[in-house]
Amino acid sequence: MTKPESPRHESVCRDSLCKDPSHTESATPEFDRRNFLKGAVVGGAAAVSGTALTPESAQAQQPAAASAPQPAGYEFLNLDEAAFIEALVDHMVPADDLTPKGTDVGINIYIDRALAGGWGKGDRLYMQGPWKKGAPSQGYQLPLTPAQLYRAGIEATNVHCRKTYGKTFDRLDEAQREEVLVGLQSAKINFDSGLPVRVFWGALYQTVIEGMFSDPIYGGNRNKAGWQLIGFPGVIAVHRDHVEQYRGKPFPNKPVSISDMS
Amino acid sequence: MATKLKEVDVVIVGLGWTGGILAKELAEAGMKVVALERGAARSSENDYSLPNIRDELRYVVRHDLMQNTARDTLTVRNNPTQEALPMRRLGSFLPGEVVGGSGVHWSGHTWRWTDMEFKVRSMYEERYGKKFIPDDMTIQDWGITYAELEPYYEKFEYTAAVSGKAGNINGKIQPGGNPFEAPRAKDYALPPLTPILASEMFSNAARNAGYNPFPRPSANASQAYTNPDGTKFGACQYCGYCQRFGCEANAKGSPHLTVIPLAMKSPNFELRANSWVTKVLKDSDGKKVTGVTYTNVLNGEEFEQPANIVLLCAYAINNVHLMLLSGIGQAYDPASGNGVVGKNYCYQTGASATLFFEGKHFNPFMNAGGSNATIDDFNINWGFDRGPHNFVGAYNVGGGFNTNLPIGYRPVPSGTPQWGKAWKQATAKWYQTAMVINASGSVMANRNNYFDLDPTYRNAFGQPLMRMTFDYKANEHKMGTHAAQVINDIAKSMNPTRINQATARTEPWTVVPYQSTHNTGGTIMGTKPSDSVVNKYLQSWNCHNLFVVGANVFPHNSSYNPTGPVGALAYWTADAIKNKYVKNPGPLVQA
Repeated sequence: MTKPESPRHESVCRDSLCKDPSHTESATPEFDRRNFLKGAVVGGAAAVSGTALTPESAQAQQPAAASAPQPAGYEFLNLDEAAFIEALVDHMVPADDLTPKGTDVGINIYIDRALAGGWGKGDRLYMQGPWKKGAPSQGYQLPLTPAQLYRAGIEATNVHCRKTYGKTFDRLDEAQREEVLVGLQSAKINFDSGLPVRVFWGALYQTVIEGMFSDPIYGGNRNKAGWQLIGFPGVIAVHRDHVEQYRGKPFPNKPVSISDMS
Repeated sequence: MATKLKEVDVVIVGLGWTGGILAKELAEAGMKVVALERGAARSSENDYSLPNIRDELRYVVRHDLMQNTARDTLTVRNNPTQEALPMRRLGSFLPGEVVGGSGVHWSGHTWRWTDMEFKVRSMYEERYGKKFIPDDMTIQDWGITYAELEPYYEKFEYTAAVSGKAGNINGKIQPGGNPFEAPRAKDYALPPLTPILASEMFSNAARNAGYNPFPRPSANASQAYTNPDGTKFGACQYCGYCQRFGCEANAKGSPHLTVIPLAMKSPNFELRANSWVTKVLKDSDGKKVTGVTYTNVLNGEEFEQPANIVLLCAYAINNVHLMLLSGIGQAYDPASGNGVVGKNYCYQTGASATLFFEGKHFNPFMNAGGSNATIDDFNINWGFDRGPHNFVGAYNVGGGFNTNLPIGYRPVPSGTPQWGKAWKQATAKWYQTAMVINASGSVMANRNNYFDLDPTYRNAFGQPLMRMTFDYKANEHKMGTHAAQVINDIAKSMNPTRINQATARTEPWTVVPYQSTHNTGGTIMGTKPSDSVVNKYLQSWNCHNLFVVGANVFPHNSSYNPTGPVGALAYWTADAIKNKYVKNPGPLVQA
């Protein structure tokens, strides 16, 4: 795990709490709360609830809380699956000067928590048969929850890897991993188990993206690395004045997450 | 056995825009009104507040405010010979499931549909001849006129804080507005939203090409506003979290902010959330309805709610489903063309190009729900001659952004790798420097696009799912080809570093990815019972005390977002009930 970057508390300080006299609201355009209040005051209730400060929320602004370590360990993934996912996300999101590597961004943790939670268990998924293959235009038709799909897909991919390279995906070298991912993406790999490779790849890819770009409360996008990569400001986004002020100009890249504001 | 409750004057099924408008209007007129909403009650104060509302994963990806497909969904197929299979999770469209309905999570685009829709068959036949309309294109005049709806459009626009620039006030063309719009009595409730770089660049290019760009009218309050009912709006914050989110600034015209709280103030109104309506009940001779049955989804208990008047105000698709489940009217049969319930399901189509400009900063996270500029030169402009292009219908073209969040929006030029260092570099490089030009196109009704009940699959209440049969036809493909050409010509004139060009859609309609929550038809309006389910007042031809309100009454779909006429028709229907029906209950139009 990479060293957590210094907490960006300048981007979340509130005037009554801010200890740093150099931090004024007018200097932090990404959190221009005063102007937000001006604009929304007529709206009343929503603006009030958005600014209610409680001792708990003040606590959360302390640097110690903001840099608390991510919980380690897996809820859903078994040892083989964890090794697969860690290798996958580090290959898809390698470390460079733009971001830390996938496991240091927490994408593996995001995927584990998503699979362990309601979504992984099939919340909102219509799960009544009969089960038919259908046309691609009819969408997802497998009798599997996302967690079951992942489990079957990782196993099938490792069966392919053992057959082709004599070892599981996590033990492959970089070129072999690339070959496997291209095979999954292009559906040139066929799973012996009958699991449709395109469906597995689609779910896998989507969750890697979610782990990179969803709010850090879900375990990925650690230190807002995904948002910083592209300059997405996160949850604050009170842009009534910025819309003219920054039209055509770069906006400060200091993203704010839900926990920063909670 | 359902518990039978005390009779009320009016029962409303679904409390979004249409149910909210009718609830307020009828309760204020002294009628005892009960609204049954399948979703939960949520509020701006508790649910649509900072910071938790700003959660793309929860609201966009996981559909927190939307219909739960584990409980009820549709089966889908592209043509009548295919076997329909369940849409096992949402994708292409997103019906709301919450007090406020889809009016909570819409973007706010509010258009006035004109006589080019309401008189579609007669206008095309008059200009191009009967043969111009293909035999299987089952379009028809709606039986209503723009002039009749005009005051109701205005009422809805002022209720919902629509910001825009009039293009035609009482026949006088207004500079900067949409010169093709039908005449309006008054300007919009609020001035237009502040333009963003992408909409400005699109407007300039469109103007240079000889088109007529104007700011998109949208129910995002461009400044603090008090509507005629006294509802207070905050000013839009251009937060970039509009579509699929509730508005924490109370700046988006939404039923849970406007009409629903006013209905709640009336002692005549009662809301029952978490109430799933399973059937509309008919009397013994089938000439009237007597109420509805519903299930409390918190405990499974069943109730019968008798009522003098039943208003179906659920999402368009769900209204049609209830009509089919209740056996009101004859179900449509595409083989014979007989029957009307389920007929003329329509959707929308489109084309889009992504333009990349090295060195520009579009700040795609900074926008309102309606931060787009639009041209209607190929839309409600009857001067645009469809003859040489051989299609019926229209499309509008827009440039700008609304709600582009990073899980879903990371534009890169075609051919960019999907992972690895090169992917990250391209993602970082182009995110800020891309803009989109897109077209939204109409879909004309077709004999083989329709709803009926599925023979196999059932919902959580043991009832048949509704089956949707839909695909795009040659008419849409021809229009898409024309639109892609127009988009690409505008795009090229802007000299971008790279372009992902627009192409006409030719593949079948699919349930993924998201396309548009603009589903129309199924209980269409018209001038006679043989070709429509409801008359011009949205009153059932079969049962005169049943009104079916929503985009399900549109006989075809235009290129525009549907909420303008949906809201206007709800006010129009409310007036018809208050001023005509209650005084003399019976058919408002003689069959």
